[in-house]
Amino acid sequence: MSPLSRSEGAVRELALPLDPAVILSLHAGDRVTLTGPTLAARDAAHQRMHELLQAGEPLPFSLDAETIYYVGPSPARPGAVIGSAGPTSSYRMDSFTPELLALGLLGMIGKGRRSREVIEAIKERQTVYFGAVGGAGALLARRITRVESVAWEDLGSEAILRLWLERFPVVVINDAYGHDLYDDISGPGAADE
Amino acid sequence: MREVSVQRLTEAISEAVILANTVMTPDIEARLQEGLSGETTPVARAVIGDLLENAAIARAEHVPMCQDTGMVVVYLTFGQDVHWIDGSVEEAINEGVRRGYRDGYLRFSVVADPLRRANTRDNTPAIIHYRLTTGEGVRVDILPKGFGAENRSRLAMLKPSDGQAGVERFILDTVKIAGPQACPPFIVGVGVGGDFERVAELAKEALLEPLDQPNSDPLLAEMEARLSVNINDMGIGPQGFGGRTTLLGLRIKVGATHIAGLPVAVNMSCHSTRHLSFPI
Repeated sequence: MSPLSRSEGAVRELALPLDPAVILSLHAGDRVTLTGPTLAARDAAHQRMHELLQAGEPLPFSLDAETIYYVGPSPARPGAVIGSAGPTSSYRMDSFTPELLALGLLGMIGKGRRSREVIEAIKERQTVYFGAVGGAGALLARRITRVESVAWEDLGSEAILRLWLERFPVVVINDAYGHDLYDDISGPGAADE
Repeated sequence: MREVSVQRLTEAISEAVILANTVMTPDIEARLQEGLSGETTPVARAVIGDLLENAAIARAEHVPMCQDTGMVVVYLTFGQDVHWIDGSVEEAINEGVRRGYRDGYLRFSVVADPLRRANTRDNTPAIIHYRLTTGEGVRVDILPKGFGAENRSRLAMLKPSDGQAGVERFILDTVKIAGPQACPPFIVGVGVGGDFERVAELAKEALLEPLDQPNSDPLLAEMEARLSVNINDMGIGPQGFGGRTTLLGLRIKVGATHIAGLPVAVNMSCHSTRHLSFPI
C-alpha cells in the first residue's frame, strides 16, 4: 500500500461523491484517501467544456457533486485496468475552473498551485482541491479499480473518463476556508506569474 | 568508412524509449534513498517512499513511472566516416519512437501544430539533434521529456556585468517560481553562454549528465554544490509539501559566448528524468 495512505499521521478515509458537510471538516495539509467515482479531464477536455458553456450548450455529462481528477493516463497494458495515471499540473485548468464550480463541481485532484481566482472560488463555493503525488503514476494506477469512457474519445489521451478510485491517497491543498498548503510552506504566491 | 543501416536506429530507439520510461536511472534512485533518510516529517517521508515504490512497480510491471511519457529528444552523434544506408535517418528515428510508444503502451503526448493542437497519435515527431564527430562511431542519447517540469523552465539574456552572481540569482529564482508545479524533487539543467538557442541546448544537455560524478570544471563543481544547498534550504520539499529534499541534482554546462552577452537557461526536470545512452 502507498505510504501516503498508511496510518502514520492520521489518514482519513473519504467516500466519493463528496459530502458537502465532510468538505467543511477538511483543512489544508490533511492526508485523506478517496474511494468512489471521479471524472478524468485535462487541458483539451476543459477547453471543450468551456466552448460549449460559452455557446450556451449543455455538457454531455453532469458535473453536479462530481470530483474531477486532472489526469491523462498512459494506455492500459493487456489485462490491466489502466496505464500509469498520476496527476497533471492543475494551474493549466485554472481559467476554466470557476465556471465548473458554478455547475456544482465539488472536488478537484491534481498537483501544484491554483490561481487566486480559483482559491477564492473554492472558498466561496465551499469545495476542495486535493494534491496527489506527481510522477507516482504506476503506484496510483493500483488505486484505480475501474475505467469507463464518458465522452470525447476523439481527444485520445485527453478524453473524459469515469475512474473508480479505491483508497486513493491525496493531501488537501486548498480547503473551503481559503487556506493553501503551499503558502504555509513556500510563502504566499510563489508561483502566481 | 563504415556503413550503418538506419534500421538499427529504429530498433534501438524503439526499445530504448520503453526502457527509459519504465526503469529509473540508478543515480536518481540513490539520491531519493539519500533524501528519504534526511526527511523527518511524515508527509515528506511518505512522498519519497511513494516515489521509490512507484519506481519498483514500474520496473516490475513494465508500466511507465509517469503517465507523461514525454516528447522524445534524440541526440545522434556520429563520425564523419559513417555512411547511413537503407533509408532516411530522420524517418528511422521517428519510426523507432512510433514503434516504442505503441508497443510499450506509452502515452501519445505530441500535437502536430501548437495552435491547431491535433494529436499525432504516435508521439512523433521527435526533437532531433545531429552532432558530427570524427571516426566511425555512432552514439544515441534519448531523453523523453515530460512537460510538467518543462513548462517551468526559463531563459534570460543577462549582461556581462550581472556576472556569476546574476546567473546564480536567476537559477534560484527559476527554481523558486517552479515550486510545486514542476514535481519536486527536481533535477535542474543549467546552460550558461552560447547564444539564444545554444544556451537552451546546453541546459537540456546538462540533464544527460550523471548525478553521481562531480563536474570536471572546479568552478562549476563549486557552484553546483553551493546552489544545491541553497535550493534544498528553500524547504519546498517533495511535491512541494515541505521538507529537505527539493533537489536531486543540478548540473551546469557552459559554452563560448559574445563579448556583449551572458545568456543563461534553466531547464527544469523532475524526479522521473529519463535518459539512456547507447552506441550503435
